[in-house]
Amino acid sequence: MAITLSGDQAMPGPPLSSRLTPAQVWGIVLLAPYLLVFLAFVVYPVCYGLWLARDPANYVALYNDPIFARAAINTLIFLVVGINIKMMIALFLSGFFAVQRTWIKWLSVIFILPWAVPSIPTILSVRFMLNPEWGMINHAIFSLTGDDGPNWLNDPTVALCMAIAVHIWKSLPFWTLILITGRLAISHDLFEAAEVDGASWWQKFRYITWPSMQTLYVTCTLLSMIWTLGDFNSVYLLTGGGPADLTHVLATLGIRYLRLDQLSLAMASIVCAMPFVLPLVYFMMKRLSR
Amino acid sequence: MKLPSLRDVATEARLLLIGIPVFLWTMIPIYHMFLFAISPKEDAFSGKLWPDHPTLHNFEIVFKQQHYFLRDFYIQFWNSTVIAVSVGVLTLFIATAAAFAISRLKVPGGRAVLNLALFTYFIPAAFLAVPMYRTMGNYGLLNNHWSLILAMVTIASPYAIWVLKQASDKLPVELDEAAVMDGATTLQIFRLVYLPLMMPSLVAIGTYAVLLAWNEYLYAFLLLSNDREITLPVALGNFLAADDSPWELLMTTGFIYALPPAAVYYAFRRYMVGGLTAGAVKS
Repeated sequence: MAITLSGDQAMPGPPLSSRLTPAQVWGIVLLAPYLLVFLAFVVYPVCYGLWLARDPANYVALYNDPIFARAAINTLIFLVVGINIKMMIALFLSGFFAVQRTWIKWLSVIFILPWAVPSIPTILSVRFMLNPEWGMINHAIFSLTGDDGPNWLNDPTVALCMAIAVHIWKSLPFWTLILITGRLAISHDLFEAAEVDGASWWQKFRYITWPSMQTLYVTCTLLSMIWTLGDFNSVYLLTGGGPADLTHVLATLGIRYLRLDQLSLAMASIVCAMPFVLPLVYFMMKRLSR
Repeated sequence: MKLPSLRDVATEARLLLIGIPVFLWTMIPIYHMFLFAISPKEDAFSGKLWPDHPTLHNFEIVFKQQHYFLRDFYIQFWNSTVIAVSVGVLTLFIATAAAFAISRLKVPGGRAVLNLALFTYFIPAAFLAVPMYRTMGNYGLLNNHWSLILAMVTIASPYAIWVLKQASDKLPVELDEAAVMDGATTLQIFRLVYLPLMMPSLVAIGTYAVLLAWNEYLYAFLLLSNDREITLPVALGNFLAADDSPWELLMTTGFIYALPPAAVYYAFRRYMVGGLTAGAVKS
């Protein structure tokens, strides 16, 4: 090979370009496209956004905007209540789908559908189902009880709950799938031994399943929280932030300010979310990159 | 044949007690969409569980573009397709190159780039939407398909790089060493050794990027606004602009729009489940 032939005449202190092996030069060339994308579409927008949000007056304006406070509370409810309910259901269903039955196998194929189809048409479908006059749900309530059903999306609390339900509908299959993977990784011998010892269903869960899955479960919950912070569709397409801007979350608030032509407020509202996002991200990165 | 014991029956009943609600919960919104697609307007608004006169008339209206909201259906479908495929190809190119450089060539600083990518992956994309919108304006790309393509590539590549890097780490180093012994250049190793071995992960990542772009709403509606430039999801959102939206047509178009990704997902499910869940959460 060429390198061994020229090895005996190596010069002391060659320039940087020749100190790199051809493989490393290729490495830099191959890494360049991503770096360019990163610089142009991550670094530049982030810096530009921070520059737009530099004026402290923006933060005073945000602080005085009741919609902002409401959106922050809604986001917190969405994360703390919504995600925990979702992950508990996912944990429960992962046990259900781990049962060996042909029909459960088929059901698991159907169960993935919400994750596989785009969210826009299904969210709009739910939106019409909840229509107080024409929707399927209030028709059903009327024919069963003879009473008019509630005006679902016109009450901020109910509307937010519905947005959370839509979010759960959409992302439950994904997390269930991941927890099934975790559950199937547990050695079957443990359960057989527990069976022999006459352990109850709860004891098996408490002493075998949960200890093996708790790390995965916590990781999933945190990851889901970070991603849900960016869940724009569930709220925007179902309620549009209404009624009276009372169901906004941080992800939709930026767009609201943008529409009102208050760009610096839009950026400032995102900057305000960073103290909550960054520690979560840092924690996740430590966890995932060893 | 032996009769099932009482205990077996009880277990089965309990499983059904979970299975049936899960089935209904999953299917109702999708069935509702399908129901609207095959119902004439009067039936759709009557709250019936099955229309009196099921019809394919709605599909006919969509495919013949016979409604104000559907004037540009084909061109919007085409926009969605072109953008999704471009994002898939570009993401694969960028991410495979980067993963090869980091994992196989051990390029200096590769670890730092990987961490940067991972960091971007965790920041919710919706938070970057407003600055991205302004940036595309500054670059003069608004209302141009490239703005959406580049934005989606930016969002898709971090995860792609990370999954592909994990997958390449599993390939034995001896393969590269043997190829070097045989006098293969770096590019030959990339093309003849690396790419074929990485195929399953590449399929998974390509599918991931295509579906991500096809399904994207927020960025599409911020970056594209001209009726002949927008993608299908934006067109669906625009239906809501009218007070008396033709919901049966909206659901029909939505149904058509939802079919390709569902088909792709199920076709590549084997790759998706293995390749993506392994990468998504490593306990």
